[in-house]
Amino acid sequence: MLDKNGIAKRIAKELKDGYFVNLGIGIPTLVANYIPEGVEVEFQSENGVLGMGPFPFEGEEDPDIINAGKQTITTMPGASFFDSAMSFSMIRGKHVDLTILGAMEVAENGDIANWKIPGKMVKGMGGAMDLVASAENIIVAMMHTNREGESKLLKKCTLPLTGVNCVKKVVTNMAVLEVTEKGFKLLERAPGVSVEDIKNATEGYLEVSGEIPEMQL
Amino acid sequence: MIRKTVESVTKALDGVEDNMTLMLGGFGLCGIPENAIAELVKRNVKGLTCISNNAGVDDFGLGLLLQKKQIKKMVSSYVGENEEFERQMLSGELDVELIPQGTLAERCRAAQSGFPAFYTPAGYGTEVAEGKESREFNGKMYILEKAFEADFAFVKAWKGDEAGNLIFKGTARNFNPCMCGAAKITVAEVEELVPAGELDPNQIHIPGIFVQRIFQGEKYEKRIEQRTVRTK
Repeated sequence: MLDKNGIAKRIAKELKDGYFVNLGIGIPTLVANYIPEGVEVEFQSENGVLGMGPFPFEGEEDPDIINAGKQTITTMPGASFFDSAMSFSMIRGKHVDLTILGAMEVAENGDIANWKIPGKMVKGMGGAMDLVASAENIIVAMMHTNREGESKLLKKCTLPLTGVNCVKKVVTNMAVLEVTEKGFKLLERAPGVSVEDIKNATEGYLEVSGEIPEMQL
Repeated sequence: MIRKTVESVTKALDGVEDNMTLMLGGFGLCGIPENAIAELVKRNVKGLTCISNNAGVDDFGLGLLLQKKQIKKMVSSYVGENEEFERQMLSGELDVELIPQGTLAERCRAAQSGFPAFYTPAGYGTEVAEGKESREFNGKMYILEKAFEADFAFVKAWKGDEAGNLIFKGTARNFNPCMCGAAKITVAEVEELVPAGELDPNQIHIPGIFVQRIFQGEKYEKRIEQRTVRTK
């Protein structure tokens, strides 16, 4: 079973040279720590920066330079700043190649829910609805089950949706899955996790064909 | 040159009344019009509808107006870091309209640009789309979103000149340029106000035509919400 860093490490292998990537809050943020050797990517943060760099050194924080998680950041050579409308032109206009975000639930048809638990938690969708409605390539990073041990990969989402038919790939602490016409197709399993374990932890339709390789990290 | 300068924040907020709709720039606490917010608190105007990406934190930004119950309705995309906000929302004291961030930005820009409405894919198939017109273009579904209508827009820039021209810094730019000219009256506050001619016209982000009043903010706290650093 992977931890959060393990999930990030596996997702980082999906980064291709020349990609512009938007990272959501949580596990996706960690992906930036594992960019493969020889791969150049630029990170977009929807509050208005392209070419986001690492956190600043202590004492060098600039309150005017933050990411969408409101964290102080730095910029890389070649970076640019822009307003919110232009930022979402990049996103809706499909100029961003890959979106990686977290989720509370994903359904077998690619629906995603990640912004609201009625009566309990309402933080808002931020840029998530714009991102999932437009991105061609969306990877969800999340735990396979919730704190109660219930599957987060469902036949149908129970929480208010963020987007419909949009998730292409899911990387969890147990598996890598592709969302196909039929449902979740199992591609890889995490070290020490059996196909049986994944079947038991997946409520939505799971397609298993042939040998399922273990993830290479 | 048409002069836009007003000598004080008090003058800058002339005409702000109870029950008005206000746009306020900023993302989190970054690039918020701190001086205009302080003046709104001082004037104790009530029943406000505030269009702003976030609602501040409990003791800063729009949180200051929430504390004094001056806000009737918030139109935002993310309101996660404010306990008083959550309390007022769950108890029904505060009306909240949550909308996708890109839609929020574009509804400002539509108002600025003279578009009554536009189609966006964001929110299709979700509760955001409820009651809205939807339409298919090239096999994909979109929903119709309308331009905002607001009385005042309060924005914050880094530098500005007497003509109302504005230059923003870093990610403090965010929603500020989109809100300029998107309300009946746009009030810009800047860290540094210079005479006309001192800013290079090539470097202007927002031309003064979109700004009705400009003043130099007295002070900026620029509070950091999440101080994240690495060690050398």
